[in-house]
Amino acid sequence: MRFSPHTEEDRAAMLSVIGARTVDDLFADIPDSVRLGRPLNLPDGLSEMEVRRLLTDLSQKNEDTDQMVSFLGGGAYDRYIPSVVGEMLRRSEFYTSYTPYQAEISQGTLQVIFEFQSLIATLTGMDVAQASLYDGATAVAEAAMLAYGHTGRTRIVVARSVDPQYRGVLRTYAEGHNLEVVEAPLRDGRTDPDEVRRLAENAACVIVQHPNFLGLLEEPEALVAAAHAQGALYIAVADPVSLAVLRPPGEFGADVAVGEGQPLGISLSFGGPYLGFMGVKKEYLRRIPGRIVGETTDHDGRRGYVLTFQTREQHIRRERATSNICTNQGLMALAATVYVSLLGPAGLRQAAALSIEGAHRLADGLKGASGFQRAFDGSFGFELALRTSVPPAQLQKALLQRGVLGPLNLGRFYPELPDHVLFSVTERRTPEEIDHLVQELRGMAS
Amino acid sequence: MKTIFEEHEPGRRTSYLPERRVDLEKYLPASSLRQDLPLPELAEIQVVRHFTELSHRNHGVDSGFYPLGSCTMKYNPKINEDTARFAGFAALHPYQAEETVQGALQLMWELQGDLQEITGMDAVSLQPAAGAHGELTGILMIRAYHRARGDMGRTQVIVPDSAHGTNPATAAMAGFEVVHVPSDDRGGVDLDALRQVVSEKTAALMLTNPNTLGLFDERISEIAATVHGAGGLLYYDGANLNAVLGRSRPGDMGFDVVHLNLHKTFSTPHGGGGPGSGPVGVKVALRDFLPMPVIARRDDGSYGLDYDIAQSIGQMRSFYGNFGMLVRAYTYIHSLGGDGLRGVADDAVLNANYLLARLKAAFQFPFERIPKHEFVIAPPKDLKRSTGVRTLDIAKRLLDFGVHPPTVYFPLIVDEAMMLEPTETETRETLDAFSDILLGILKEAYAEPDVVKTAPHHASVGRLDEAKAVREPKLRQTIGG
Repeated sequence: MRFSPHTEEDRAAMLSVIGARTVDDLFADIPDSVRLGRPLNLPDGLSEMEVRRLLTDLSQKNEDTDQMVSFLGGGAYDRYIPSVVGEMLRRSEFYTSYTPYQAEISQGTLQVIFEFQSLIATLTGMDVAQASLYDGATAVAEAAMLAYGHTGRTRIVVARSVDPQYRGVLRTYAEGHNLEVVEAPLRDGRTDPDEVRRLAENAACVIVQHPNFLGLLEEPEALVAAAHAQGALYIAVADPVSLAVLRPPGEFGADVAVGEGQPLGISLSFGGPYLGFMGVKKEYLRRIPGRIVGETTDHDGRRGYVLTFQTREQHIRRERATSNICTNQGLMALAATVYVSLLGPAGLRQAAALSIEGAHRLADGLKGASGFQRAFDGSFGFELALRTSVPPAQLQKALLQRGVLGPLNLGRFYPELPDHVLFSVTERRTPEEIDHLVQELRGMAS
Repeated sequence: MKTIFEEHEPGRRTSYLPERRVDLEKYLPASSLRQDLPLPELAEIQVVRHFTELSHRNHGVDSGFYPLGSCTMKYNPKINEDTARFAGFAALHPYQAEETVQGALQLMWELQGDLQEITGMDAVSLQPAAGAHGELTGILMIRAYHRARGDMGRTQVIVPDSAHGTNPATAAMAGFEVVHVPSDDRGGVDLDALRQVVSEKTAALMLTNPNTLGLFDERISEIAATVHGAGGLLYYDGANLNAVLGRSRPGDMGFDVVHLNLHKTFSTPHGGGGPGSGPVGVKVALRDFLPMPVIARRDDGSYGLDYDIAQSIGQMRSFYGNFGMLVRAYTYIHSLGGDGLRGVADDAVLNANYLLARLKAAFQFPFERIPKHEFVIAPPKDLKRSTGVRTLDIAKRLLDFGVHPPTVYFPLIVDEAMMLEPTETETRETLDAFSDILLGILKEAYAEPDVVKTAPHHASVGRLDEAKAVREPKLRQTIGG
């Protein structure tokens, strides 16, 4: 009972105020038939010193991205996180509070979310953003549900070049409403607008990621036109760091923009907790899932922030809510808000630019290498898909022995792309590390 | 105070990244590039002061008492925060090869087993990101289970009138029709009413036990038999598991599917509303429907991600779960051990009953029973009539005394409800001080109702105009506007 403050004297005194003899009396109404009647079969409790040792030992059985040189990406990125982010996340007024139901003593959380919404709206170029969702994948699924709710149409078109995990989660969510999910196939690693136009007939939405999972730029203007020609909403999936340099979804006509916020100052943490974001055109405001924070004033005219448009939400609307989501990812939204505040426009652009430069340095270095060719033509950002003559598993093993994590084996997600791999480059990869990788790869192929 | 947009000064920056100049047009077509990026520019000191000041405008468990019913706002041990940040956990990429993440996978595999033992279930998925997400996972599994048996007509989910709002919202999201069942005069499920609504259309009953009144439903076995008898399944909302840890397990009560809230029962922090973590446990009959992947131990003793689940509902989110939260929960479970977890339930229930004993004479206590970890009371009936003071006013007045108010106006079945959950980590002195404050406010409400009705008086802002927030929506800011 490490964290209970009570002494036996406390307990005795409290029981006498209650008028009970023992603590067992307080459980008297649990029928014998459903009592456990034995101790839980779990290890004994440990002191803090012992538990720290236990967790240290477990953590040291792992190889991490701080010790290794990582070229893994595909939706989660090893980006540099300034010290201030971690410092602010450990302010316990933030992390030990709950969802801001009592606005007057939650202005910290509420203003952070308001600022987060503002940053996401600016980055995506959308009119409004909400307070965050679980991750990029569930954000995509929720966006599709929004489109279904708005159009009443039951067909969802998703580009095959969208993150396979996002497509997987989309299918799971779609099942509940019996929605049909149709994939627009890969054409040289990208999505063909004419094909989308055909598939989007009577569809609720078209979902496209740009740059896509294979690192390539899509043609968002043409794809938006294709979706809109059929009356389908266009849902843009975007990486938030890419948005520092690429035309944002709001500019090319998307109706909803969603994505994974992990690259904005959130540690990799083996896949979670991460941060889904969603921005929309204002006509969809009342269909947004999850929390929204708005600015208002108190009775003295002082500015303050509240949860607003709550009649969309489960605690008010129950089975008629826009989603069952209750919490957002408050603390992760704080990390993203602090991160973007620190980097500012110049820093965020630099993170994107260094990454793009690094990926192109890798591509240039491998030009003419026999066993590694660029898999697809077309412009790419900071991820590079290669076709390789070295079997991907063997390649990963060989690199691991040299202290390198990656690349991702694309055949795992795309059976039609065996012998394809994806290298991801962030600003953490130095030119020397990239050149070293080029050397290793060239050595392996020959 | 200002927002980051209002603190913007053009040209301010700190270098976090190498300053090497990159000519993007060398790599990307100019037409694909954005022209402007109107984000705020701030110095590091401004950012630190800004967010530190914002933290001062927040009340957390570390700031003071937080008896928010149904939310289990217990103390969040600091060791959890350290362990989750070990580089060997925090700096792992989810696509790393299995042989490089054996410690992480072992932790998850052991946690699956710990949660099975705690809940009395046969298999656990750690994937769901929050309680509501766990609910959706569980209900989708129930849907898949019936369909796999060719039982296509089960279109209804039964939800008690005392349920959390997420329950009906989840059922609807999974494509079910929601059927409500009332509570009886002891605050439990009305069994006769339940017998009326179960049928060959029943997919499941969703239940919290102890329920949102903090009362243990003693007739749980009859409820289970009724639902199972009609061919339906029983879903356990684990929001209130803290009350029965080591005493009674949902698996033994007859539940088929369970979700847990690691941020409630297992002390991972609430984070201002997330990230949570909502693992789901199931009985063996539903094992083949778990979301992918689950963590497996292989014959050679190594650990791996198992995607080979016969009739899996698919994937519920990216990757494997909110791993950072799983590290915290694992740390907590190993800090307490089996005995310690039972002690958690004992002290949580002791604290709730003690607090109730201190308040009972002055408030209405609609169900005269021994509550578990939380209880629901309401101000005396004549208060609103004679003074106009409502539960909301009392809640706002509590803010002036540095405590977080209880959950108010929930559950919906008690008029002017206040739902109090003190948790096991509070001292007797804190409970005494809180009772004195609450009893004092009740007196004040009769003597000087306006003081209560205009509270809070000492917060950074007063009561906020929620109608205006909807009427004139301001949901974002930009630089200069």
